[in-house]
Amino acid sequence: MRVPIRHVVLILLCLIIPILLLLPGPQAIARDNWPTPPLPGQARPQVSGPLQGGTADHTKFKELDGPFDSGPQVTRACLACHTETGQHFMRNVHWTWSFVNPDTGQQLGKRYLVNNFCTNARGNEGMCAQCHAGYGWKDEDFDFSDETKIDCLVCHDSTGTYYKTPNTTGSPACAVMFEGKPPIDLAAVAKSVDLPRRANCGTCHFNGGGGDNVKHGDLSTALKDPPRTLDVHMGADGLNFACTACHLTNRHVWAGSRYQVISKDRRGVGKPGQRPDVATCESCHGLAPHPVDSLAHFKLNDHIQSVACQTCHIPTFARGGVATVVDWDWRTAGKTKDGVGYHEENYIQGNGQHRYTYKSIKGNFTFAEDLVPEYRWFDGQMVYTTIDTRFDPAAEAIEINGFKGSRADRNARIWPFKRMHTWQPYDKGNGTLVYTHLWGEDDAAYWGNYDMAAAIEKGMADFGLDYSGDYGFIQTLSWWPITHMVTPKAQALDCGACHRPRGSRLAGLEDIYLPGRDRNRVLDTVGLLGVGGTLSAILLHAFVRTRTRHEEESE
Amino acid sequence: MATRRVRIFTLFERFWHWSQMLLIVVLMITGFGLHGFHGLFSFRTAVTLHTWAAVTLLVLWAFGVFWLFTTRTWRHFLPRATGLWGVLRYYSWGIFRGERHPYRKAYWRKHNPLQALAYLMLKIILFPAIWTTGLIYMFYFAWRNLPQATEALRMVALVHTGAAFAIVAFVMIHVYMLTTGHSFREHVMPMISGFDEVDLTPEEEAYLSKDEPELLG
Repeated sequence: MRVPIRHVVLILLCLIIPILLLLPGPQAIARDNWPTPPLPGQARPQVSGPLQGGTADHTKFKELDGPFDSGPQVTRACLACHTETGQHFMRNVHWTWSFVNPDTGQQLGKRYLVNNFCTNARGNEGMCAQCHAGYGWKDEDFDFSDETKIDCLVCHDSTGTYYKTPNTTGSPACAVMFEGKPPIDLAAVAKSVDLPRRANCGTCHFNGGGGDNVKHGDLSTALKDPPRTLDVHMGADGLNFACTACHLTNRHVWAGSRYQVISKDRRGVGKPGQRPDVATCESCHGLAPHPVDSLAHFKLNDHIQSVACQTCHIPTFARGGVATVVDWDWRTAGKTKDGVGYHEENYIQGNGQHRYTYKSIKGNFTFAEDLVPEYRWFDGQMVYTTIDTRFDPAAEAIEINGFKGSRADRNARIWPFKRMHTWQPYDKGNGTLVYTHLWGEDDAAYWGNYDMAAAIEKGMADFGLDYSGDYGFIQTLSWWPITHMVTPKAQALDCGACHRPRGSRLAGLEDIYLPGRDRNRVLDTVGLLGVGGTLSAILLHAFVRTRTRHEEESE
Repeated sequence: MATRRVRIFTLFERFWHWSQMLLIVVLMITGFGLHGFHGLFSFRTAVTLHTWAAVTLLVLWAFGVFWLFTTRTWRHFLPRATGLWGVLRYYSWGIFRGERHPYRKAYWRKHNPLQALAYLMLKIILFPAIWTTGLIYMFYFAWRNLPQATEALRMVALVHTGAAFAIVAFVMIHVYMLTTGHSFREHVMPMISGFDEVDLTPEEEAYLSKDEPELLG
């Protein structure tokens, strides 16, 4: 039988039209030319939020001619014009190192907390308060109401020559680290003041935990002058954001808190000028950040209810050549050679620098780079194990900061975290963390004397804390929400990073049904048996037919 | 009673059938890819193709349902026990003995009883099971805050996948059936040209000859 041509055309049309309908739209176009390409021409200055340019040239101020003998003298000159700034500044955590969580009532802040890096600032202010935005905090006698003790320069210096040293000398074994620095020309620094740049904030925030990127994992010196591939916002060849572009400042109080995280922002951009109080992605990008030009983007905008932006847009952290510490073991601290402390540098990080893997004063460290975060449901509320918290002394591990969150919690989203694991001293008798007296000129200071028992004894006694006298080492975990080192979109995780049967990034999350990852084994078995059975039946039927074909033909 | 070549599948029915076939093949391939059985497409591409194919198929079905009811052709799919046993007996026994197929196509009954029953079940059970669960699945984020949403999603996925397995089995049998006559081509041609051998009553033949001669080959 001859097939008329119009029938062939019909069949072709039937096949072609749906294919045309199915062809993916513009979303299938290569993902490398996004709306945030590198800016052409010269690099622009760092963007510090809405405050740009300023209204005064500080080099013209006679008040700043000096000479200045000390930092507080510069501060007096600053406050002479900026009359209210002192009062404003003294309310923020850079000054108070204290934060009472309004929801949990917990007394938090660097001044009080125990962490699982160098353990505690309290009692060690002579060293740790280098990163206090003030002058001269060595002990409990520091006057938090004296605004001339504010250090304006550490944040506002733009010469890069300003630095701070410990407020007390400490043990000779440590003091040697801070010798031989060039003097600071305070007048030149004072005249250079500008809005804070990444390097200003980074002086402390890139070096938390005792070294470059030790603590956060997503905040390292690599961000001083990063390419946009390391951080799409801070990239010097791109948007060149300073920290304060997102951590907006209102009267010297900054948006963004690690103690109380907004894990799910439901307000988005808000009206113009309305939202200087948060540093969430949504406060700039809105609640439907993916342009709805494809089905995939439509689905991605749905995901915002469950998944934090950071989860897909920060595929790995501790990038850019600077490693972070993921494991710290205080149990090995205190080893000496001929009675003298020593260190080992057995890790070479991406940028070629050697990192300490052992220090007598601190123990062993494990470094890692380009880390895949841990993913957890997170409701934004950190609950701390403080110096006052009692726990079971036989516990296997203690969470320094625990958090809740689950699929059922509407405020929770899946967030990426750095997980820090440490063996650190604790009070075995009482089941509490301890303040360790690390820094000082006395015989009990651990750094220099290497006597943990004496260091804890003094660390606790100085603050009238109950101590059983029996210390041990316990495993502690701390969780660091990852939010910096956002990649350009082209490098964001694709759907298949989580939606895959094996090796899903979310393999550890069990209270969800994740298409592509999850399936019902029984159904699959029954289904495959059913399909296989059908095929077998067909083959058997066909086989019998061919064997009996001669009968069919003979009739 | 005369056997004539009659156009029993209109242009729309043939378009419907072949577009549906293509869309279902796309849905099966991408769907089992999403399920993790193969990695021919990225998850993103598979979701995109699967969703567009599903939406296109739903639109096609909307036209199809409209067509079935406005042309009264839905009656072809009414289940009827008469002759069902004969067809079943034929496929499981008579076919091996070279018997003639017991069913004769009639103008208002173009499917044999087994076919009609199978297509009806497909239309009222399997397809609704898969497209309702598919839509619920697609709009998960609109109801994710309901209590037990995760468990519900698990069930929705279960029904959706179960229906998909059943449809695969249906397709296999459906295609195999094409080989059971004198030739594969002879079975496929009616869905291409629209014409098939149909037993017409004298009244039907007279009516078609006089009023709709273009339906007679």
